[in-house]
Amino acid sequence: MSDAKTHSNIVSKETKKAIKRDWQLYLLLMLPVAFVVIFSYAAYPGLRMAFMDYKPALGYEGSEWVGLQIFKKIFKDPDFIRALRNSVSFNLLDLLVSFPAPIILALMLNELRLMRFKKVSQTILYLPHFLSWAIIGSVAYTMFRPSTGLVNMFLMRMGVIEKGIPFLTEKWHWAVSYLLIGVWQGMGWGTILYLAAITSINGELYEAAMIDGAGRWKRMWHITLPGIKGTVVTLLIMNLGRVMGSSLERLKALDNTQVREFEYQLAIYIYEKGLQNSKFSQATAVGLFQSLVGVMLVLIADRVAKRLGEEGLL
Amino acid sequence: MFNKKEETTTSDGSRAIVRLHVSDFVIVAVLTILCSTCILPFWHVLVKSISGNGPVMAKEVFLWPKDFTLDSYVSVFHDKSMTYSMGYSVFVVLLFTALGMLVCTCAAYPLSKKRLKGKKFFTFVLMVPMYFSAGMIPSYLLLNNLHLLDTMWVLILPLVYSPYNMLVMKTYFQSSIPDSLEESAFLDGATNFQILMRIVLPLSKPIIATLSLFYAVGRWNAYSDHYYYITSDKLRLIQYKLQLLVEGAEASIQTALGDVGGAANTTTPEVLQAACIMFVTIPIIAVYPFLQKYFVKGAMIGAVKG
Repeated sequence: MSDAKTHSNIVSKETKKAIKRDWQLYLLLMLPVAFVVIFSYAAYPGLRMAFMDYKPALGYEGSEWVGLQIFKKIFKDPDFIRALRNSVSFNLLDLLVSFPAPIILALMLNELRLMRFKKVSQTILYLPHFLSWAIIGSVAYTMFRPSTGLVNMFLMRMGVIEKGIPFLTEKWHWAVSYLLIGVWQGMGWGTILYLAAITSINGELYEAAMIDGAGRWKRMWHITLPGIKGTVVTLLIMNLGRVMGSSLERLKALDNTQVREFEYQLAIYIYEKGLQNSKFSQATAVGLFQSLVGVMLVLIADRVAKRLGEEGLL
Repeated sequence: MFNKKEETTTSDGSRAIVRLHVSDFVIVAVLTILCSTCILPFWHVLVKSISGNGPVMAKEVFLWPKDFTLDSYVSVFHDKSMTYSMGYSVFVVLLFTALGMLVCTCAAYPLSKKRLKGKKFFTFVLMVPMYFSAGMIPSYLLLNNLHLLDTMWVLILPLVYSPYNMLVMKTYFQSSIPDSLEESAFLDGATNFQILMRIVLPLSKPIIATLSLFYAVGRWNAYSDHYYYITSDKLRLIQYKLQLLVEGAEASIQTALGDVGGAANTTTPEVLQAACIMFVTIPIIAVYPFLQKYFVKGAMIGAVKG
């Protein structure tokens, strides 16, 4: 009893001392805390809409609780199934082509011996990362329109094709263009972390390998790649979390009526159902589903990575 | 930093100055192609924007202007809504960046102090939003209740606090500002505020520059919030204006797509559209060479903590 008392006395004394010394720091913290509370935490209670038949006119109090009804409903909604199918397949394909691209590019940049050329090409390759999707989309149309796009004009002029290729206006062509534009936009910037990881590899390893007669490919395969494995795994886990979400900006920037069937992904579904048709409960449920699956994928991938002896993310 | 490279060249260099392999040429060729895919599209748009309408319609403009004219730019600058939107965007971005840096510093500095009581709790509170967001509809209803929808502030306040930027700044404070400096100031009777203002911030100029650019470029390029929160034309940032312009142009082309060919397209002022794209792109390309190195630094600091 008395022990506990003195203990709590000491604690409060220490706390008092800390507050006296650092009250200004706590004061500073109030500002960011206010921002997260007002703009992030205050939105969390809104998630209960996913379990209610939310009617804007009735508000949270008046609307009825329906348990998992909304979730059952969305899984029967053909629009949702289509959006889900598109999101998952496009994001997996995106991961498949966009994830290795920066690794390969970083390996190539690392092998360059012309330092000036390396610097200049890095600067140029980073550029697309700094441009908005509105710019990328509008430039893409300027390049790929069937009759007036640069690529088609050039190919027709050369006599390679007679009619313009509908790069962005036919769904299968669009799918490829969508993915390749993504690769193009992200590959340069994506090299930064890999290049940083490569520079931290011990130079003696390369020297020893060269004395042993290992060629460029062998050195790349046995030293550089293992050297950046940790970075690769970390970034892969992070990217897996994005398999459910797609960028509304990217979709809208390359949007047109001919490709609706593939373009219709979860981001579009939530936007159109939720805001344009005011189906608040449904859109919230889909959003919740999306972020839960994302978090779960990251956790599972992290587990698997640790099982395999990697450092993991968390 | 490049010690591996130097060793390669010196050990090779004693016998043959540079021993080039076929693979060297392949790498240079591939990189040259990739680089040109990053430059040529913009060059083409630029060339188109300063060419005459006639040659563009006749599909004669590729990578060199024909009938040079700046008429299209004159029309863009005469279009009040474009110039207004540019000025407005710059204003919003500056305000956003200033507020963002203020909030970021207020979070990062206290959390960089090991001795701070409750540090774990505050870090947790401030990091959760990075991993879990309530989603679009709850945020929309929240902003509606706060009466922020369709105001300039809805483009600023919800994004002002960025957990990622906070982490970068905190990591910088912890790794680059020696504790001893602060301790001696403390013994001299300086308060926490004074230490922050007179010692820590002046020593943190590089990270302040980097994060300001993160904030500024982030806001400059993002426009998805316009789809949800903005309805008035006056409140739209320039990127979204460009997006609308292109959407509109695509729609008008597609309605005439039935007869693919020249005639249908004569209605779309391609040159003007190219000038609009350049009008929005040039500011970022102009400052980009100066920003790049700060961005690379910031990305590296962020990755350490990741």
